[in-house]
Amino acid sequence: MARAALPGRLSWQLGRVLDTIDETQRARSLVLELPNWPGHRAGQHVDIRLTADDGYQAQRGYSIASAPEDNEVILTIERLENGEVSPYLTDVLEPGDELELRGPIGGYFVWDASLSGPLLLISGGSGIVPLRAMLRHWVAARLPVEVRVIHSARSLDEVIYRDELMRLAAYEEVDVRIALTRAWPERWRGHRGRVDRDFLKDAAWPPQDQPRIYVCGPTAFVEAVAAALVDNGQPPDTIKTERFGPTGG
Amino acid sequence: MTVPLDGNAIAGDLFAAFGREMTAVVGRCRSCGVTCAVAELCVYARAPGAVARCSSCNAVVMVLVTIAGECHAHLPALELEALS
Amino acid sequence: MSPISRAFLGRRRRAGGDPSRVPPGQYVTDDFPVLSAGPTPRTPLGEWSFTIDGAAHESVSWRWEDFLALPAELITVDIHCVTKWSKLDTSWRGVSIDTLLETVQTDAAYLTAWCDGGYTTNLALADVVDGNAWVAYEYEGGPVHPEHGGPARLLVPHLYFWKSAKWIRGLTLTATDEPGFWETYGYHNHGDPWLEQRYQGD
Repeated sequence: MARAALPGRLSWQLGRVLDTIDETQRARSLVLELPNWPGHRAGQHVDIRLTADDGYQAQRGYSIASAPEDNEVILTIERLENGEVSPYLTDVLEPGDELELRGPIGGYFVWDASLSGPLLLISGGSGIVPLRAMLRHWVAARLPVEVRVIHSARSLDEVIYRDELMRLAAYEEVDVRIALTRAWPERWRGHRGRVDRDFLKDAAWPPQDQPRIYVCGPTAFVEAVAAALVDNGQPPDTIKTERFGPTGG
Repeated sequence: MTVPLDGNAIAGDLFAAFGREMTAVVGRCRSCGVTCAVAELCVYARAPGAVARCSSCNAVVMVLVTIAGECHAHLPALELEALS
Repeated sequence: MSPISRAFLGRRRRAGGDPSRVPPGQYVTDDFPVLSAGPTPRTPLGEWSFTIDGAAHESVSWRWEDFLALPAELITVDIHCVTKWSKLDTSWRGVSIDTLLETVQTDAAYLTAWCDGGYTTNLALADVVDGNAWVAYEYEGGPVHPEHGGPARLLVPHLYFWKSAKWIRGLTLTATDEPGFWETYGYHNHGDPWLEQRYQGD
């Protein structure tokens, strides 16, 4: 996919919602039609801006959930309790509605298949969204890079893209581990509890394999995981992080 | 709870202020000397502006303020590497 | 002009309202949004003090117990944030700056409020005397929450709320006006919400 030259201007554009997909009880994907989309890299995000009829505006960033190779641009939104923008995107927006956004944005938390592996993707909650773009890009690129995915959620019902993760786990080069922190099925054989140092020692690539690492999720999760990786001997400059959280003022 | 985010959270405004992608740019904190990517700065975005602090020493290294739709970046303590 | 997002309401607010109470460009909210430029300081009360120094004949300082023993007032005021939120009828208990300045001899016309965490804001002395400002340690009958500036914050309700410095620890009297944190980065030096003095040059 050709990458458009940076124009030096990040302009707001109007897209249209083509379809919506209920991912979990709190998360919904929006499939968008964007006539002026220059293409994107896996891991990038967009800023969405909403305008009320009295002119009041609210703006938030959301990661792109689709690969550069996908036909449509997909965003996945998780509804935050007491959120100002997310409930509108998950509960009110409908196919046919317009959406103002700017993007793609980002140059640090990005992965291209041209980058060497192995790849370690670690997410908590909605932090999985940009990593899903990376995984879809990996599938499309068909390179022999090995991938380990570690995802943390409160319960199995809250694992976004659960079916897709299972299908990805079927690839020989892909290993998927799920950590459930609050509730798990009786015979759950995945990790019970937080992603901690010991679990990472077992599930992550050992430092000598020189993995390329991306960690995304709530601030506390990202900081704890990054610290644990470093404690396990991973050089800090091999770890890229993106913190999610409320930004409404 | 005031929980900080990181430079990724203000990437759009950074682009608007500098005219280019900034999160991958490396900067050096003038207060403690530690270097990191702009994406790795500690950002407090719920304010009259966005305040980026050094993740190591907490010094205010960059402040973004949007005035009349234009985003202005101030670098009180951040030395950005030569922008290619 | 951005197109209107169908059925988007946003945070509950009322625009307009009584123009004698709601400055231009503000929305009235029942929430109390927390805005911050850094991590929330947590100074133990045993280590807390409030100091008035600078261009004064002598500096004066109070420890927490002494501060609480000062004559205090219960006040109800409207507050206006430069990010367009106004909150009406907020009630506070605090010590008037007039009381704090009683024993201070100074020719200074300005001051800088300084705080735990390094925040500063500048004010004209005229803006904080004559019943215009307090150091508040109670909000709605309870201690000011750390997220809202506790144990004590400055309260200058006739100016935009960034001037009501959170986690205040002292006032340094100055001969000249020294821009504080937000003033340095483009916000208005004075900050009168009734004149919509949000940014420099307004």
